Amino acid sequence: MKEISGAQILLEVLQEQGVEVIFGYPGGAVINFYDHLPDYTCRHFLVRHEQAAVHAADGYARATGKIGVALVTSGPGATNTVTGLATASMDSIPMVVFTGQVPTPLIGNDAFQEADIVGITRPCTKHNFLVKRVEDLERIVNEAFHIAGSGRPGPVLVDLPKDVIAGKCLKKVAEKTSLKGYSPNYAGHPGQIQRAIEVIFQAKRPVFYVGGGVILADAAENLTALARALQIPVTTTLMGLGAFPEDDSLSLGMLGMHGTYRANMAVTESDVLVAFGARFDDRVTGRVDTFAADAKIIHVDIDPTSISKNVDVDIPIVGDVADVLGKMVELLKTSEPGTKACAGGHNEWLAEIARWRELHKLSYQQYEIIKPQFVVEKISELTRGDNPIVSTEVGQNQMWAAQFFTFTQPRSWLTSGGLGTMGYGLPAAMGAQVAFPERLVIDIAGDGSIQMNSQELATVVQYNLPVKVIILNNGYLGMVRQWQELFFDKHYSFTTMNHAPDFVKLAEAYGALGLRATKPQEVESILKQAFAHPGPVVVDIVVAPEENVYPMVPAGEAISNMLLV
Amino acid sequence: MKHIISVLVENEFGVLSRIASLFSGRGFNIESLTVAETEDKTISSMTIVTHGDDHIIEQITKQLNKLINVIKVVELTESVQMAREMVLLKFAVNGGAKRLELLRLVEVYQGRVLELGVRSLIVELTGERAKIVAALEVLAPFAIKEISRTGMVALARDSIKS
Ligand SMILES: Cc1ncc(C[n+]2csc(CCOP(=O)(O)OP(=O)(O)O)c2C)c(N)n1
Ligand SMILES: [Mg+2]
Repeated sequence: MKEISGAQILLEVLQEQGVEVIFGYPGGAVINFYDHLPDYTCRHFLVRHEQAAVHAADGYARATGKIGVALVTSGPGATNTVTGLATASMDSIPMVVFTGQVPTPLIGNDAFQEADIVGITRPCTKHNFLVKRVEDLERIVNEAFHIAGSGRPGPVLVDLPKDVIAGKCLKKVAEKTSLKGYSPNYAGHPGQIQRAIEVIFQAKRPVFYVGGGVILADAAENLTALARALQIPVTTTLMGLGAFPEDDSLSLGMLGMHGTYRANMAVTESDVLVAFGARFDDRVTGRVDTFAADAKIIHVDIDPTSISKNVDVDIPIVGDVADVLGKMVELLKTSEPGTKACAGGHNEWLAEIARWRELHKLSYQQYEIIKPQFVVEKISELTRGDNPIVSTEVGQNQMWAAQFFTFTQPRSWLTSGGLGTMGYGLPAAMGAQVAFPERLVIDIAGDGSIQMNSQELATVVQYNLPVKVIILNNGYLGMVRQWQELFFDKHYSFTTMNHAPDFVKLAEAYGALGLRATKPQEVESILKQAFAHPGPVVVDIVVAPEENVYPMVPAGEAISNMLLV
Repeated sequence: MKHIISVLVENEFGVLSRIASLFSGRGFNIESLTVAETEDKTISSMTIVTHGDDHIIEQITKQLNKLINVIKVVELTESVQMAREMVLLKFAVNGGAKRLELLRLVEVYQGRVLELGVRSLIVELTGERAKIVAALEVLAPFAIKEISRTGMVALARDSIKS
């Protein structure tokens, strides 16, 4: 056996970890890595900004369930990853990000392109490492992957000083990773699960409240089976969209600030609320003391810190939602009479929900100006059966996408929920398209957000990633404008975007196809043209400038207190 | 309410700052924090004194447990813990009655005189927090030049009488 460099060790460990794709950007501190990279099978995608490398790895991870990987240089390369890490951290996305670092003897000397990235990213990673010796590299990289992908997933950063990746040592045979202070609990407590089922059986007005944890745990199938067997209506959070088919009559759609009327009413009136992999975020609960105030709350989550953090829980179940849902589905098999009684036992409740559904549907009026909701509905309609992947930017575009697209599959929705990162959608779509070259990948964008990472059009053209960017161009930072309209007397201070580029020309400048629709009757044909095009497309859709997202719960109010259209 | 949390952590660089930033990032209070190696050199022990209602303390212990480098977290309630604090005091004294009175009081609190100089006196006091607080109050009228105070260190007792 002969000694190999840190760069080679890293590449070999990546290979052993099954990493097929890296999104990255080179620089002085990581030249050694790039020097060896072409000798390995791992595919590298050169982005145009390090933030996009991290979002792309994130989109790749959300769409596939694998761990996303990005690699960047030291200093500015490293600091450019911070928004991407924070985005992934808030949404619990498994990812390992490697950053170059100045050589160990120079650390702390304010050396050229030095940044204390471990210090900077401590609060926005699940964990991070500085590798001080090449001998530790293999173990640490394996630990990083283990931590990123297990328990409640999250991003892990590994900082690699230049002398560590240039230094040489023998590669060991990987030992099994074991960490003294880290062993997530996967198995839900059978007694608690039994208690939960008994409470669910007794419920008169039950609701399942489903978050991104169900998607991350690949538990959508069992969730759907459980809800259908017990005839319990399901509402999902922004992160949970796709965990339950929205074309099922038990679907309540999304809840919270821009949730449906029926979802918010059902949760408010429920007597048993079962939270699966959700964290009672303030955008979901509104005023906490009015949230499901009369309900017994059952909370299933792998992260103990999520339980009873914002809302007191009656039956906590710490464990992997996939494990717990699996056990619940098994329990139903042995308690057929209870299951039957439960399924038939709350018809009045389902009828009440049906009334709420009819009372206030998600709606809009389509006149001569294109309505953004109409565009999303058309996208949904035209792609039904194609199982497309939809990413979004942030703002009204994101909420309309969440409301008007009919989600039926997990892992086909990429959106920055927790951090709300404008500029996420295009690079995330790019990452998903790398994973699924044959699938239709659509970024539903806003005219403001798209400008935050539009440089990635160069990347999608370079690698022929046929992402479709559909800009709902309202000429405003629409969501902020909506708040200004409703709560600040229409004082549109700095939310007018009347100096945007010509998006068709922008697309063309990068070598992508640019299209534009300005009238409702053009929308369908333009979208069809875009979806049929084999390469990347930007569609500029000029929509009603002052359209608002409704329902809307003003921040801090009870979620039953909705502003309706 | 005051709570003492004992934390075993991996003895690695950056761990203290992870704990400190957890407290500052989530708006939890640290009243005192002590760290030292344990008999196992790869593990350090921390004693953190904090305050908050039950809900906050539950979050603190859960969040500490979530840190990868944290091995064990124990909340020490008053009935099950032995807790001590130490304080070093330097007094300006010039001999005479004042000095004698001071020495007598130090004795009452079972303090030790570490250095007896012509113009100054260094004293060590160890004990439960209540005792330290009381002693400091009584000793305040003397000319205290400097104080150095440890945070609290604590251990769980093995057996407690019910
Ligand atoms: C990086 C970042 N900066 C600022 C914000 C605050 N913000 C939230 S929505 C929004 C407006 C987004 O405008 P646009 O992309 O045009 O979307 P629209 O709401 O008009 O659909 C802004 C500025 C944010 N979420 N992210
Ligand atoms: Mg806009």
